[in-house]
Amino acid sequence: MPAETPTATTRISADDARKALVGLATEPGVSKPDPIVVVDGVRRTFGGLTAVDVDHVEIQRGVITALIGPNGAGKTTFFNLLTGFDQPDQGDWSFNGTSLKGVGAFKVARMGMVRTFQLTKVLSKLSVLENMRLGSTGQLGERFWAGPLKFLWRGQEETNTERARDLLARFKLDKKEHDYAGSLSGGQRKLLEMARALMVSPELVMLDEPMAGVNPALKQSLLGHVKSLREEGMTVLFVEHDMDMVRDISDWVIVMAQGQVIAEGPPDSIMSDQRVVDAYLGAHHDTDISELEEVVVVGREGSSGDAADESAVPRKDGPA
Amino acid sequence: MLDALQGAFHDGLGYLAISYCLAAIGLNVQFGYAGLLNFGQAAFLSIGGYMMGAAIATGGWPTLAAMALAIGCSVVLALILGIPTLRLRADYLAIVTIAVAEVLRLTFGTSFRKYFHGKDGVTGFTDGFRSLNPFDYEGTVLTFSANDMWILIVGWIVVALTLVLVWLLMRSPWGRLLRAIREDEVAVRSLGKNAYSYKMQALILGGVIGCFGGFIGALGQASVQADLFNLDFAFIAFTMLILGGAGRVLSPVVGAVIFWAALSFIGSILTDLSAQSGISSFMDANQASNVRLMLVGLTLMLLMIFRPQGIFGDRKEIALDAR
Repeated sequence: MPAETPTATTRISADDARKALVGLATEPGVSKPDPIVVVDGVRRTFGGLTAVDVDHVEIQRGVITALIGPNGAGKTTFFNLLTGFDQPDQGDWSFNGTSLKGVGAFKVARMGMVRTFQLTKVLSKLSVLENMRLGSTGQLGERFWAGPLKFLWRGQEETNTERARDLLARFKLDKKEHDYAGSLSGGQRKLLEMARALMVSPELVMLDEPMAGVNPALKQSLLGHVKSLREEGMTVLFVEHDMDMVRDISDWVIVMAQGQVIAEGPPDSIMSDQRVVDAYLGAHHDTDISELEEVVVVGREGSSGDAADESAVPRKDGPA
Repeated sequence: MLDALQGAFHDGLGYLAISYCLAAIGLNVQFGYAGLLNFGQAAFLSIGGYMMGAAIATGGWPTLAAMALAIGCSVVLALILGIPTLRLRADYLAIVTIAVAEVLRLTFGTSFRKYFHGKDGVTGFTDGFRSLNPFDYEGTVLTFSANDMWILIVGWIVVALTLVLVWLLMRSPWGRLLRAIREDEVAVRSLGKNAYSYKMQALILGGVIGCFGGFIGALGQASVQADLFNLDFAFIAFTMLILGGAGRVLSPVVGAVIFWAALSFIGSILTDLSAQSGISSFMDANQASNVRLMLVGLTLMLLMIFRPQGIFGDRKEIALDAR
């Protein structure tokens, strides 16, 4: 099975997809012109705690959507539900029009919806290159009967290795390809995990805090990578606390708090949305986006114990 | 001393060593590569020995057909073990395999006496195998009788073929997937791989290899008795595997040979010592056989302290766990 590369014939270009978002109502659950994921009434409770309770949300194809919200808002649980790693108590959700209710995690990934993890999951005792090769789909050599017959899968393996090396070079991990993945630093693991997810040739990439633990210089190039995914026709959904990244690369922002989608809209307007400020950004009064910086400083001096301030702090020293 | 060395040579290469060696190769596939904790490898060997033995002795089946039946049964056993447990955390498989191995041992030892003959075990199934024996001599060559020599040659050929198969599989993308599952199953599933199916395949493959170990053990002993497949079995097989270094193709073989040779050597030395010391109360044969197990245990502890990766393992790999 040849790796399916996203083509322009099945989807609109990134620019068009972004334009299509302009002028949409900025309210939770607004319908998008070309959704790749549609979520309806998904609810997940852990005992008495309702972790996720999303009425309706759509994710536009071909753009970068950010999912933000305070700690414990249910973002990662939402990711787990969408990708089949957890099953909701009720609700339905679809990918490319196919319902994913009750579909196992590996099948979801095969359909083209691939995720990374907040706590990175690299395969420590496999080399970096082997981690990458593992990501390729449809490998003949992964069948039991074909395994011992190397001539059957050698060609495919070489193609996959080439692709893996290209991706590793893009993520500046090419010099590490023979090292054990377990010997990489935290930030490098993030990179490896992202590169490995791309080996699956996904249509939708879901990144759970891709920037956590990555140094500033690398952050810049990571931002570039994520943007280039969009140019290649992939859809990106990411969870992130780094507001710079959210502002810089996302076309649309969905805000969750206490399991619910409380607001969505383009990054600029969402940052000034009162509900978002209250629930997440943590400013204390009405403010314009350009004044947020001051507010943070004031907020830190004023009430340093306010945990919500933390999330807005990176704005101060981050690259503009 | 010479006797002790000779005994070590005999036991290190003998059919019991081969039988355990195949058990350990199967475990290596399951535990060393796929990370499945199977403490019931004895169940697969007992299925191998008993099914083959009973089909020949009671059913009058030809040897190969009886072996095929036993292999089929061990595949079914792997499915029964795996279907309810492989979706769960690793410990569930461990618990279920221990229990099933005990259930099978007790079943074979006490039930269906018409086929399995209770404590006496199954005998009288080696004619077909021995009729193919090309060796025909009196006495012993290199300490082995003609019948022993025949099982030895066949056994080590089976071991060699199994090792080649395991080596071919483990360098393939299939083997890579198994190792990946051992490291992090969730990550593997997130990449679109059906981890459950691969764990099942590993369990079946390891079980069938163990089943061959049951054949060799039964044919070498010319009988199958349930007592052989007690709980010690699982731990001895694991010991051999870890001695060699889990997740390396050759390690179960080296582990099994060293283990049996050492056990035999230490045993004879202890017996000699107690005989020479002239004090019969120093240690009788029973005590000697227990003390030798203690010494083997001590050796293994020292090995784990000073070389935790086993003989073939890679120290760097072990160091990764500490991160």
